[in-house]
Formats: sequence, C-alpha cells, structure tokens
Amino acid sequence: MTTPGRTNVELPVLTHCPYCALQCGMAITPEAAITPRTDIPANAGGALCQKGWTAGELLTNGERLTGPLLHGRPVAWETALDHVADRLSLIRAEHGPDAVAVFGGGGLTNEKAYQLGKFARVALGTSQIDYNGRFCMSSAAAASMRAFGMDRGMPFPITDLAEADVVLLAGGNVAETMPPFVRHLSGPRLIVVDPRRTATAKLAWLHLQPTPGTDLALALGLLHLAIAENLVDEEYIAARTTGFEEVRTSLASWWPERVERVTGVPVARMRQAVRALAAAQRAIVLTGRGAEQHAKGTDTVTAFINLALALGLPGTPGSGYGCVTGQGNGQGGREHGQKADQLPGYRKIDDPAAREHVAKVWGVQPDDLPGPGRSAYELLDALGTPAGPRALLLFGSNPVVSAPRSAHVTGRLDALDLLVVCDVVMSETAARAEVVFPVTQWAEETGTMTNLEGRVLLRRKAVEPPAGVRSDLEVIRELAARLGHAWPSDPRVVFDELREASAGGLADYAGITYERIEADKGVFWPCPAPGHPGTPRPFLDRFATPDGRARFTPVEHRPAAEEIDADYPVYLTTGRVLAHYQSGAQTRRIGPLAEAVSEPFVELHPDLAEELRIGAGDMVRVRSRRGETRGAARISDAIRRDTVFMPFHWEGANRLTNPALDPTSRMPEFKVCAVKVERVA
Amino acid sequence: MRLVVVGNGMAGSRLVSEVRARDPHLPITVVGAETCQPYNRVLLSNVLAGSTRPEQVRLLDPSWYAAHRVEAVFGSAVTCLDRDTRAVVTEDGRRVPYDVLVLATGSDAIVPPIPGVERAIPFRTLGDCERILESAGSSRRAVVIGGGLLGVEAARGLAGRGLPVTLLHLAGHLMERQLDVEAGEVLGETLAGLGVDIRTGVTAQAVQADGVLLADGDLVEGDLVVLACGVRPVTGLAADAGLEVRRGIVVDDEMRTDDPSIFAIGECAEHDGTVYGLVAPAWEQAGVAADVITGGKALYRGSRMVTRLKARSVELAAMGETQLTEEHAEVVRFTHRARGTYRKLVIRDGRLVGAIVLGESDAVGTLTQLFDRGGPLPGDRAGLLFPGLSATAHVADSPTLMPDAAKVCQCNNVTKGQIRACWEAGARDVAGIAAATRATTGCGTCRDAVEGIVGWLCEQEGVSA
Repeated sequence: MTTPGRTNVELPVLTHCPYCALQCGMAITPEAAITPRTDIPANAGGALCQKGWTAGELLTNGERLTGPLLHGRPVAWETALDHVADRLSLIRAEHGPDAVAVFGGGGLTNEKAYQLGKFARVALGTSQIDYNGRFCMSSAAAASMRAFGMDRGMPFPITDLAEADVVLLAGGNVAETMPPFVRHLSGPRLIVVDPRRTATAKLAWLHLQPTPGTDLALALGLLHLAIAENLVDEEYIAARTTGFEEVRTSLASWWPERVERVTGVPVARMRQAVRALAAAQRAIVLTGRGAEQHAKGTDTVTAFINLALALGLPGTPGSGYGCVTGQGNGQGGREHGQKADQLPGYRKIDDPAAREHVAKVWGVQPDDLPGPGRSAYELLDALGTPAGPRALLLFGSNPVVSAPRSAHVTGRLDALDLLVVCDVVMSETAARAEVVFPVTQWAEETGTMTNLEGRVLLRRKAVEPPAGVRSDLEVIRELAARLGHAWPSDPRVVFDELREASAGGLADYAGITYERIEADKGVFWPCPAPGHPGTPRPFLDRFATPDGRARFTPVEHRPAAEEIDADYPVYLTTGRVLAHYQSGAQTRRIGPLAEAVSEPFVELHPDLAEELRIGAGDMVRVRSRRGETRGAARISDAIRRDTVFMPFHWEGANRLTNPALDPTSRMPEFKVCAVKVERVA
Repeated sequence: MRLVVVGNGMAGSRLVSEVRARDPHLPITVVGAETCQPYNRVLLSNVLAGSTRPEQVRLLDPSWYAAHRVEAVFGSAVTCLDRDTRAVVTEDGRRVPYDVLVLATGSDAIVPPIPGVERAIPFRTLGDCERILESAGSSRRAVVIGGGLLGVEAARGLAGRGLPVTLLHLAGHLMERQLDVEAGEVLGETLAGLGVDIRTGVTAQAVQADGVLLADGDLVEGDLVVLACGVRPVTGLAADAGLEVRRGIVVDDEMRTDDPSIFAIGECAEHDGTVYGLVAPAWEQAGVAADVITGGKALYRGSRMVTRLKARSVELAAMGETQLTEEHAEVVRFTHRARGTYRKLVIRDGRLVGAIVLGESDAVGTLTQLFDRGGPLPGDRAGLLFPGLSATAHVADSPTLMPDAAKVCQCNNVTKGQIRACWEAGARDVAGIAAATRATTGCGTCRDAVEGIVGWLCEQEGVSA
C-alpha cells in the first residue's frame, strides 16, 4: 500500500481517470501505462472507455506547456508571477477589486476550487468569480436545491441503477459521454428522452424523441398521465412532500394530446413510459445536459423531479431522482466556492451565518467578504466593458471553444487589459492570454474529486511532472504571497482547511480524510465527523428542507428562446462524441482519439439532406443569428428531420449557440437554437 | 384602465392568466355564469369515462384569484352590455364598469327541437357530465345522439363503464367534419369492437322514456340519452349591444370587435370567416388578445386545426383538409381494417395540408408537426406513414455479413477487421481480443457481437481445416 499523497515509484499508483464525472478507477505506472481498477463501483469489473485507456498519453504528449509565457515569449516563473501580481495590484488600485475576475472549472480538484474561491474573495477581494460548471449542472443543481434543499447529483450509489426495474434518462448520452456507466443499466428497462437516436437511445427499451427545447412539456405530459391514470403515490405525497395540489391543478392544462403536438412524442409512447415507471418496484429518473442546458433548464428538471416525487421515488430505497453530472469534478466543483453566489460547503454567500463561519476559517471579518458576483456568461459578457472586469485569471477552462456565442466571448477576452491562463496545453483561450502559466495535471499531482454520486475520491500523484511546470495551487500560493497572504499549496493541507470551512454546511466534508477515502474507496458526503460513516443515500429519512419534506413546484412550459422560422428553419442541438472531452483541448492532442473523430461534423436527417441537396461528406455551412461555422455532413436517420447536431469539442459550434439565460440557474441555452444549413458551393 | 372579462371558461380564464402574467397590476374582473372554478373541457370525456375525477380538471385553484388580485364574480350571467356607459350588467343587477372588455362567452350545446328532448342530457359542461354520470349509475342502456368528436368520446366513455351504448348519427359516417368515408367506417368498426352499437344515416324523431324513436319508426332502446349534436356560439349579448355578429362575434387580427374597446375570443368569436370549436385556437387567441391589451403587437392569423380523439383504445388524429381526393391533391393512403388502421396524407405543393391517423402509430407526432409548420415534405412519403421503414440499412449483426470496416466496439473504436487480425494473430476468445484491442471493456454492450465474430472465425477455421 502506498502512502496517500506520496509517489511510489515502484508500483502502479491507484488513482482515477482525468476525464468525466464517473471518475473510473485506474492504476498508472511511472511510465504512464494504464490498467483499470476493479475495486471502484463506477467502473466495477475494470471497464474503461477509449479516453480512459489512452489517458496516459496526456502525460507524455509533446504539446505540453513547460514554461511560463509572457506575450507569447518564455520567461522565468518569478518574472511572470511578479508581472501578474503587479498588473493585478495596479488594476485593483485604479478600478477597484471587482475589476479583477476569476474563472474556474469543473475539472479542478476540490482543493483548487476551494482555494480559488478563497483567493478571489480574500486575496483579490472581488465578487467576480464563476466557473464553467455554470454551463453544466447549474440547472439541475438549482432544481434539486428547490425540491430537496440539497444538490447531490445522484443522491444514491451508482450501483442502485442496476437494481432498478426502470430508469428514465432525459437528455443524456452516457454510452458516449461515460461508457462504463452503461454497465449499470443492463438490468433495468431503460427509457431515453433525446431528440437523437443516440448510442444510448439505441440501447433503450423505449426512446422518446422530442422536438429540441420541449423536454419540459414532455415531463408535464408524463405527470399529467400519471395523475389521470391514478398512478401517483398518494401516501408518499401526503407523508413526504408539500405543494402537490398546486402542481396537479397546473397540469390540467397539459393533457397528453396537447403535449404530443408540442413535443412530437406520440401519446401512446408517453403512456407506455409512465405506466412502466409506475409499475416498477424501483424506478429512477435521471436528467443530463440535454434537458438542463436551456433557458428553462431549472424548470425542466423541476418537472422531472415533480414526476419522480408524484411516483414516490426520491428518498425511497432503490429509487430516486439524480442528475448525471458531466465534468470530472462537476459535483465537488459546485460545492466549495468558485460559484458566484457560494461559499465552501455549498453555503450561500448572502447568508450571514455562512459568511460568519467561513470568514472565521479564513481569518477575516464577515463584512470583508464580497457579495454575489456575475454568473459565468454574464461575467464573460462584461469583460473589458466600462462596468466590467478588466483582468481575468482563468483556471481549467477554455471559453473560446466552450462558451455560448463564442465569437462574442472571444472579443470580450481580447478587450481585457490582462488575461492570465493556467493550462496544461496551449488551448484556444491560452493562445490569447498575456500570461500563460503551465500547470500540472491529474496524475502529476494529488487532490480529491467528488464524482457524480457525491462520493469523494482521491486522485493521487503517479508520475513526476515535467520540469518547469507548477500546480495551480502553487500558482495561487505565489500570487497570494505577492498580494500579502501566506497560504499553503500542499493539497492535503488545503483539504484540511476545506474540511473546516465546509463543516456544518450542506456539503459537509469535515469527517473526510485522505486516509479514509483510501481505506473506504471513497466517502459519500455529508460526512460531518471523523467517525461518521458518510451518507450514500441522504434523503431516506428526510429531505434537506426546513420541514424535511420535498417541495413540488408548479412549472410551465414555454418555447425555446429562439424558435425556428423562415430565415433559420432548422434546430441546432450540440453535444459530445465518445472520443473527445469538453473543449477537446486534451483529447484532440491524443493520436487515437483524434483519429477516431478528427474534425467537427454536422449530423442531419436524410430527408433534410435531400431537401438541401447535401450529400454525405459534403462541407456544410451552419449559420445562426450569432455566427457561422462549418462541418462535414453526416447523414443519419438517427436525428429528427427538423434538427441538426454538431459536437462542441472544436471551436465553431458555440459560435452559433444562444446565450439566453435561465432566470434561476443562469444556464445558457446551449441545446437549442435556430440555424440555416447549406452546402458550401 | 380596468379590464372586464365575460366568461370564465377555457378562453376567458386563459386570457385572465395571460394578462396577469404580462401585467401584474392591471385591475381585472372576471364574470362567469358557472359557479365553479374554470375547468378543462377537453378532459370531460375522461371524467365521463371514469379515468379522471371531476376535481382533477380544474385549471386554477380557488385561491389563485386572490393571490393574483383578480376580482372574480362566479355564478352570475351577464345579461346586458351597455356600450354607452361602458359597463356590463349581471342577472342579479350588478353593474361592472370596464375600459376594456373581453367577451369569452363560448358556445351552448345544440338541443334539437324534438319531442321529449328534455329527457336527454346534453354533454357540454362539467355539470352535464355529473348529471350523465349520476344517471349512468342506474341505467341499463345508453343512447348517444350525435356522432361527432364529443359524441364518439361520450359513447366510448359510457361503453367503457360497462353500459351498452348505441350511437346515433345523422350523417353517413362518424365525425364527417374531420374524416373521410373510409376513416369514418374504420372508426365505427373499432368502436363496435369496444361495445358501441353504431347507427349512421338516422334521424332522431323523439326522445321517449324507453329510448329514442327514429324517423324510420325504429325505437332505439335506452334509459339514458345523451345529446352531442354540436354547439352554437353564444352571441346574444354582443348582438343586442349592436356589435357585428355573423355566426360568431366578428373580430379582426387583434381579436377586436368593431368596438375597439371590446374583444372577443374563443368559440364565440369569428375570425376571417371561421368559428373555431377547439381549445388550441382559443388559447392562441387568448394569447394574442392578452398581448394587445397589455400594449403588445401580436396578431392572430388563424389556426391550423388538429383534432385528437380522447377515447381509450381508440387512437385518432385528424388534421386539415382530410376529404380531398386525388383529383385535387396528392393522396397517400394505407388501410388495414382488420387492425383498425387507416392512415392518409393529403399533400399539396409538396406540403402536408391534411392527414388522418387512425390506430396507434408513431407517425402522429411527426405528422402533426409537419402540418403545423407547413414545411416541405420529404420525397419518401411511405416513411412518413411508417416511421422507421426508411431507416438506413444498419450494419448487419451477422458476423459473416458485417464488413471489415464495421465498428464493433464503439467505446474503444474497434472494427471487425481489427478483431479478425487479432484472431489471426492467435487470440481465440473474448478475453484475448479484449486484452489486445480493448473491445468490450467500455460499456460492455458489444460483448455478444465480439463473441459472435470469434465464434464464426473459429467455425471458419474448422471448415477450412
């Protein structure tokens, strides 16, 4: 057994995959050879996808950044750090603390997410911090908070899925995004909601294929049917929830035939889905980005949660509602303070008690802590404007590729007085930075990750980083030091502080240590004390609301922020392919993955291709009100006639997407906008 | 400015909530003749059928009005519209002044003037529905007069309760406004299979205590008689006040009558020569009127009509111009009467202008959307009637037919060719293939396929050996 946090050069080190929220267990040798672990439930049996198998190449890749860059030229670390600290001080002095912004990522470890939030609020004194997780799970998080008083993506172990009789997955393509997840779905009848017949939908017992942007109406129709057919669990509703009557009344307007006209999903299929869910002993409802990345994403998730509540699923052993978190540390990343409105432990930044607790841990006065700042898109949109930040420090994100209306966002980045990027490779965003800090990555450093189940895992250092790179925590320590703060950069020390800061919060890590994670192969939060067993299923006895009951909230369907019309007659929806991860900055540089899918493509139905005279492989131009891009045509009847699909792992697709924001979660409408498609002559 | 709404049915209540959503402060008074909360008329067939309880069809909670500061006057019919003083007067003498008035008076059930008709119960309101249900409990046989949408739903609902039902219809086939002859017949056959006795081309002459007397002298036995003979717009108030009324109260694209301060929406309104008897147009009109009243610029351009029957075990959707024949349009048709299936597309200029889908089909959602949007249709018409029929050929599952380039393991991007090469290099089982290619190590769903290929290769070896 190796010592936690230390490198053992003799044996393969037990750690976890660098990519998605499944956080598959893997062992890695000092030479970066990878074998799957069999002891981690997420990839039990030793499963890995191609991304996981080839992850070692991230460590040996020739395109690695190995020294700081200032205006594109190599400089010494001290020079670059001094430069950034001086510029930050100057900008702050001249324009106030909110002139400096911080942007984080859902791939950062808990320690980094925590330290970044503290750095922004204490060292910089800025309210202007948010992260790319706003673009991922924020709608599900907001809806879960509203319904359950707590957002723990899946409030049950992943192994519950295999024991379920029926699983409904709305807007998730796990067969491509996290293939080993599929192994947990071989037992239940699977119902998939997706405008595309994805690899996941092909595995389904029942596939509902709604018009993009109508998942909310579909969920309302399903619940209407459940009520009309007397399939709801009255006893559960009476004992464990509030607000059902108002929801029931609101659903009288969403009879299935009306929903059919809005969604295009036949009433008979809706009926089939609801009956299967209701007849199951154990049923689980899951949502993914497809349902969540909309300007009404929070309400869409709420509608699915209402369905789950009406059927008596959440907080019932073996059943439940869960969000399939996407990014590696998408769960932990939203708990510890890199979100504009949040403090560590999933505390609200405008809650006086939360401010007092965290201020005490940080050794500052509560009044010194800034209030809530702008959400991710609003922050990016404000950069370099008279009222907005003039400097941005960016960690673990690549908004030039991943932000909605990305050409506009790129323009905002270019308008900054100072852009500083910490990254492993020269991402599209790093390429525009005044200063680039080359940082360590997953297997070169130690830190905790909280996976999609809410299980806190230890990702340990397995190989030595290249000479010349430092960890994000070291960069933060150096900048903080130059701003007058002596902070640690040892992840274990930072984690211990995080435990203290999170104590008493919703996401309470106080009882979790590196040793316990190692011994237990992960610990479920909340875990408030060292002797506490952790909480695999937090809602069995009560929900995290003041009265312990889950809350129904009535929601109404409304059209997409941008509907198709004569000028832009086709829906665009975006998503992932198996071979790539997020903005592709990592995976596009790995030979076998780049070979598997080497370029962006436009998937369209044969009927639409016929109408537009587009042949397979033709270069296609896709245009929206916000920009245009190109891709090779892939013709497939797996997509609806009225919709085209583009993967977003390359710069381009997000030039088209709509930054209309959800009023609650501030999630942009990534998943649907109106486009015009034509063959490039 | 003070808004008064006359009528608290589906159109009126929708307008009130749409206006309130747009303007939280505008003073609103709604006057309704029915005593109860607004309810969803579309769901009454389910109540009749017993699948929905009456309390499940209300559209707004009683507390909604106070919470949204809307003054509600229920159980009080408006008897007079005084345009000079801008006020409406209710039957109990109350005057309600308005600046803007919306008439959403809906329509009344048509009661044919035949002897004994007072013995029959019309099927129109929640109250009617409750009377029918009460009577159904003690009846032995039911007769439904009228084979339109509501009559069919009522007959199916009563039959579903175990009551023998005869459905009488004047026209030669059921739902003749929405269906062509053959579809009407197929529907009749389906209903017959569900216990509804259908008599078309018949005229009811009198309602007697023991049943309905037909013009040809036959007596159709039944102790419960339900009327579903259509509806007539309620326009008396408007006509008496001198507003322009044809079949309905005439409105322009803003849903305004010829008095600019008075709007009319829903089943009492006539727009561009059409009186709509469906909910969807009424709600579209409510949205337009609400927008105009709160200062918006919305315009109503008419609605596409989709009729969807709500009757258990009978799937029927009809839209647009379903009666057109090959002389006037391109018609695509499929009939399988033994299964109760009838599908018809009516196409003009490459666009769907009408369709009938009878019998369960995944086509219905797509066709409705193609009809609603009016976009161009694909050349492959059969694929529209039979979703999945035109699916591009999938890689053959049989290992022998699969080309070498076919991807077997998606998760690790492994082709059949790579598996074959690996087999040729000595791997003889799935574990060996997995160790060399990583096939089966991701989601695991290709395991059977890999096993099949390995088995086939081993068999080939045996054959050639």
